[in-house]
Amino acid sequence: MNLKYHNKKITGMLTVIPQNEVKFEDTIGNYNFSSKQSKQLGKIMGYNRQRIVLPGVTVSDLCVHGLNYLFNEDFLNKDEIDALILVTESPDYILPPTSNVIQGRLNLKEDIFCMDINQGCAGHLIGLMQAFAMLEQVSINKVVLLNADVLSHKASERDRNSRPLAGDGASITIVEKCEEQNTIYANLKMDGKRHEALIIPAGGFKTPSSPQTGILKEDDNGNFRALDHLHMKGDVVFNFVQKEVPLMIDSLLEFAKIEKDEVDYYLFHQPNRFMLQKLADRLEVSYDKLPNNIVERFGNANSVTVPTVVTYNLGEKAETNEYLICLAGFGVGLTWCSMLMKFGKLDFCKMIEY
Amino acid sequence: MKEVVVKILESLRPGEDYVKSENFVVDGLLDSFDLIVLVSELDEHFTISIKGTDIIPENFMNIEAINTLLTKYTS
Repeated sequence: MNLKYHNKKITGMLTVIPQNEVKFEDTIGNYNFSSKQSKQLGKIMGYNRQRIVLPGVTVSDLCVHGLNYLFNEDFLNKDEIDALILVTESPDYILPPTSNVIQGRLNLKEDIFCMDINQGCAGHLIGLMQAFAMLEQVSINKVVLLNADVLSHKASERDRNSRPLAGDGASITIVEKCEEQNTIYANLKMDGKRHEALIIPAGGFKTPSSPQTGILKEDDNGNFRALDHLHMKGDVVFNFVQKEVPLMIDSLLEFAKIEKDEVDYYLFHQPNRFMLQKLADRLEVSYDKLPNNIVERFGNANSVTVPTVVTYNLGEKAETNEYLICLAGFGVGLTWCSMLMKFGKLDFCKMIEY
Repeated sequence: MKEVVVKILESLRPGEDYVKSENFVVDGLLDSFDLIVLVSELDEHFTISIKGTDIIPENFMNIEAINTLLTKYTS
């Protein structure tokens, strides 16, 4: 579906990256493949370095750290937060919502709308859509969108399919009403018939975790994973992205009546470098305009990846300049969505470590 | 062109006979990660970019299929 939003704006963006770094070369021995073969594949896919939280660190820890940084630096006043949206697939608890936990830990006001959303790679855009909808209310003027995940440990250490690409992190996006007349264009599609393409089969109420769901089993390609781990049908996901995303971007540009060249940056979710390069080639967009440099430096932290692409590649430039950007997220669900907006002159656009 | 393809395939899995196989996937000679490496090598060697939507097993099931695909990009 096509969507339009008026008089809304992103006014700040912060990404929180764990200090702990894991190097692919140090983990090659975990996999059931020759070192040469893994290095060859790693060069193409972007297996290099990942930022992984240390055991015990949770989503609320990352978010609280980032929000306290913003409070201390006077980038954000806690009393002005009218809504707190958290997009995560790794909440602190099954209940209560982790957004409430964060509200409590930071002693935010009670006159606030807290909401958790279970979404993955498209989750930053889904969160923005929810933030824009909340801002239609007279009593909501500032929404804090949190994206955070600590899912890396759900990728089996012996699964070369997914583990070398996993990452953890959090991001904070401030979304506000603006007086400037503007339009944000978006589109969104979902296909639950393909939900098994990306799934953690056990650990929910359908198949609770048990000693049996923790047993590692070898797949046809020589990777080992348990039902408690992330299962990704790599070929299905690849074909889904290559088929649907270019059509989605073409459709969005047509909806907004914008030519491809008018867009300054295409800032997309990054499952792996190969996939992004193929998308850029198909869209006939340069790698400078559609960067693929996040997964090799930080890993893929689900819905945090899009804000990481933004803060890493634009950073301080987005505090003084304004750009026309196209965001896109695609993955678990399956879900795919994109958004076109003017972006810039932010109060802050930074990365910090936890 | 076929000789180059065979050479690249044999570098992926030395000792396997790709020339005789009619279906690499069925014969266990090509998994999804081999396919990515193969595409990357073909892109580089022939200075092309095989479209993501063309990266499906049917186009890489044997030497003839790969040759047909490459002809599309190089002709």
